Amino acid sequence: MNRFLRQLTTSTRVLAGSALTAVMLISANAVAETPFPTINEPSKAEKCIQPEDEMRRNHMNYILHERDETMHEGIRGEPSSLANCIDCHVEPNEKGEIAGIESEEHFCNACHVYASVQIDCFQCHADRPQKFIDRKGGETAHIKHKLQEALAAATETESEKGVK
Amino acid sequence: MSDNKLMPQDNLSASAPEHGLENGSRREFLSKAAVAGTVTIAPGVFLHSTARAADMASNGNRSSRKLTDEVSSKNRWGMLIDTAKCADGCTDCVDACNEEHGLLGSHEHSADTQKTQYIRKVTLKDKSTGHESSLPMLCQHCETAPCADVCPTGASFVRADGIALVDKHICIGCRYCMMACPYKARSFVHENIKNQTLSSPRGKGTVESCTMCVTRIDNGGIPACVEACTKENHNAMIFGDLNNPNSTISQELKRRGGKQLRPDLALNTGVRYQGL
Repeated sequence: MNRFLRQLTTSTRVLAGSALTAVMLISANAVAETPFPTINEPSKAEKCIQPEDEMRRNHMNYILHERDETMHEGIRGEPSSLANCIDCHVEPNEKGEIAGIESEEHFCNACHVYASVQIDCFQCHADRPQKFIDRKGGETAHIKHKLQEALAAATETESEKGVK
Repeated sequence: MSDNKLMPQDNLSASAPEHGLENGSRREFLSKAAVAGTVTIAPGVFLHSTARAADMASNGNRSSRKLTDEVSSKNRWGMLIDTAKCADGCTDCVDACNEEHGLLGSHEHSADTQKTQYIRKVTLKDKSTGHESSLPMLCQHCETAPCADVCPTGASFVRADGIALVDKHICIGCRYCMMACPYKARSFVHENIKNQTLSSPRGKGTVESCTMCVTRIDNGGIPACVEACTKENHNAMIFGDLNNPNSTISQELKRRGGKQLRPDLALNTGVRYQGL
């Protein structure tokens, strides 16, 4: 099955490659006017788990395969995971803002919009690293309780300062 | 010689009043420390790593499986809840769960009956005696789970180590499992969700329920609800391996027993209760 798929993808690649060359030859002048996705290079990671061209073509296979193993067999800690992709590739822009998955600035969406391929991962998965997630929605009575404690401690210190 | 004798005495006399004086600021320090503690605990990652470092694996209270190995039926994860220790009106476990899985703020347009709850507090009343018990109700992680039985796509399944889960990749949102569950443990996501937690990816159009914090368990931790209950010193919940006779949960079950809810359904639940 896998061999068949590999053969299939190889032949598709050859086809796509020759088609692309043909298109390039015909419309060499139009290339400059053709919009191309702007893809952010991650600043922190030195290199990806696989070479760039391999990841561009086959990233979905890496994620899909281990998705089922993780979900049903509890196998974690494999190098390829959606969360790891996101951790490196999704970074705040110059303004310090993270572009959400609906934006074309998002690492995944940049190509997916360009290639017109719908992306469903982020209906359930977070589109940004966990450290950038705004947890206001997760404000619970528990957190409120802790906040009140912190506030009380702060006011106590202030009143003490006032006495001194 | 005399100097040597005096030294410790001096130290003692100096430290004694200090204790008295420092009382106020120590309390302040403790409350600050508590706040700082929650900050570091919030992402949940640190808890896992410390839990692993402690390596309490052999006693069956935590998972010692290598993450590259498949889960097996050698383990069966379960919970034991002592309703006598579960205070009426306390929602520490519910709050911890909502926080862990990011459940709040994801259903502002939904009616109360539609809102997601992995765990909820219920009060049971024995009609013949009038005895009331307050207990947390969650997915009972049945061995022969009705949700998995009825699922048309195989999205609802029970993992080899006894944790009932929904594979949202293949869930079509038919909600058959919600109807089949005798404990009303499942919820349906009606709204678009953003900013999901790493441990709990969830989205519109799928059914969800308590995962027994499966990511935590796999990483050698304990479920968020049990952790919160223990941290707040209620100690009403025990987590552990039901298949390991040395685990705290098995020992406690052997000593005092534990009931299933709706035992007539013969589902062999992984969550057991005491003091009903």
